[in-house]
Amino acid sequence: MSAVMMDARLAKFARRKLVNKIALVLSLAAMCFGLFWLFWILWETVRLGLGGISIATFTQMTPAPNEEGGIANAIYGSFFMVVLATFVGTPIGIMAGIYLAEYNVKGWLASITRFVNDILLSAPSIVIGLFVYAVVVSRFKSFSGWAGVMALALIVIPVVIRTTENMLQLVPAGLREAAYALGAPKWKVITAITLKAARAGVVTGILLAVARIAGETAPLLFTALNNQFFTADMSQPMASLPVTIFKFAMSPYENWQKLAWAGVFLITVAVLGLNILARVLTRNKN
Amino acid sequence: MSSTLPVGGAAFDPVSTSANRKMTNPPSGNPVRRSPLADKVFGWLAQGAAWLTLLLLIGILLSLVAGAWPAISKYGLGFLTSTTWDPVKNEYGGLVMIYGTVATSLIALLIAVPVSFGIALFLTELSPAWLKRPLGTAIELLAAVPSIVYGMWGLLVFGPILATYVQQPLQNAFGQTPYLGALVSGPPVGIGILSAGIILAIMIIPFIASVMRDVFDVTPVLLKESAYALGSTTWEVVYKVVLPYTKAGVVGGIMLGLGRALGETMAITFVIGNFNQLDSLSLFQAANSITSALANEFAEAGEGLHQAALIYLGLVLFFITFVVLALSKLMLAQLSKSEGTKT
Repeated sequence: MSAVMMDARLAKFARRKLVNKIALVLSLAAMCFGLFWLFWILWETVRLGLGGISIATFTQMTPAPNEEGGIANAIYGSFFMVVLATFVGTPIGIMAGIYLAEYNVKGWLASITRFVNDILLSAPSIVIGLFVYAVVVSRFKSFSGWAGVMALALIVIPVVIRTTENMLQLVPAGLREAAYALGAPKWKVITAITLKAARAGVVTGILLAVARIAGETAPLLFTALNNQFFTADMSQPMASLPVTIFKFAMSPYENWQKLAWAGVFLITVAVLGLNILARVLTRNKN
Repeated sequence: MSSTLPVGGAAFDPVSTSANRKMTNPPSGNPVRRSPLADKVFGWLAQGAAWLTLLLLIGILLSLVAGAWPAISKYGLGFLTSTTWDPVKNEYGGLVMIYGTVATSLIALLIAVPVSFGIALFLTELSPAWLKRPLGTAIELLAAVPSIVYGMWGLLVFGPILATYVQQPLQNAFGQTPYLGALVSGPPVGIGILSAGIILAIMIIPFIASVMRDVFDVTPVLLKESAYALGSTTWEVVYKVVLPYTKAGVVGGIMLGLGRALGETMAITFVIGNFNQLDSLSLFQAANSITSALANEFAEAGEGLHQAALIYLGLVLFFITFVVLALSKLMLAQLSKSEGTKT
């Protein structure tokens, strides 16, 4: 009798152990599944991208189908627009982050701004492009580099707000109080004490924002459009790396596809590099 | 951190500054200590930046509604159920694209949720401590890869492989079966709803997995240890203790991933095929989504009804993602609230 019960119990125990084992193996498999895609994508990017890179890639303009050329104008355009958008978006983002963390932590404006910021943070980037199209492009009747900069800046702002606020909140209150006790005015406390203490974190946020906009294509499609030639005139349509890749990759021409792979390689290296740099920065701080 | 402080602190050390300035300026004029104007201006700037963010959202909504108005006033809500999309006849309806967006996102969730759960389980319960950080970083890097890279890889590398090794065997096996056959029909080129869904899944796995990992990590150790002490296996602890405790957070994370998937543009545009049809529900038939319709047609669309209809689609997309994100925020907030009471 008791032996039968023992058997049943042992059987149940064995079954539970088996279920556990299966679950853990599946979990390991899931982990491998995730890593598998990362390495596959990186491998193809490196393999096909390095094949397409030459000196001409960096020195010549985008070519006509089946002609030799490079993507210098696209690299320049991307770089220029990303830098400008960062300069436009970062101060606004930092100021709003300061407001949320230092001025109005629990008020209604802060709660709404926080919520709105989360919405903007995850809003489809193509919708941002639509907005800039409606506000800038359709008003001035022309696609332009400025419109592209504005679209990218609008993506920078929420990212910077989020990280700035989080990082400022980590600064111990004692630092602020010590500065106030010395008679420092609030703006001085913020700029010279809290912002300085949170510097690494804020810079990380900016780097992540740059990494994000460097790879953004959708908001540029109908703001900066594209340009086959080199231009530094911001009121003209401007080439950018992602949009050029999009155009070239969808084309049937072999040389265009090769250049697109070269562009993909450059973008991936830049974006992943920025991300890793950002991680290293925060780790050093901890 | 502390090494940077004395530099900033010295600037308003009242003893040293007033002593230095006594030589040239009267102490009452110390601009560092008496600057109510600078204080006010700085405060206004900060508040202004916060208002700007608010106005941004309102501006986006208003400009989308204004841009879409010709289409809204002509079709009303019927736009959402009509499958006609004919720029030549100037007749528009959004069901094809809305179906494409929803179908690809659901496929992505079907794949991504179990995988993300496995990854989070591995990272929180199984992985040796020294592996946690590099593995977590690797998964997060998957989220940093620009979507255009996914798109190009999907179109030129993944699509052909999917067609050869998945679609063709499926067609051979089920091609003649009544319903399944329709689901796998289509030319074997590897573009369509399924490949878009799979690529979306890869893109949202890191988002869902990192939220899940974070909420699993906040489960009180005491709860887990109690369960272990009662003889639970690792799986039972996760499934019956950790998961119920973090339910709201997990759902919030899934919603966050769904929001990403719905709004993703470039990756989908590459692999979905951009073909307005809903005659065949095949997973391998070229289709269209809201975002890819916008990406492909908007720059070429003339002002007028075509453009308004596209903006209407953008408005629908914005509305869907707004609702999904608001729900996810609500879920995650619920978790952090209950955190305080239960521990």
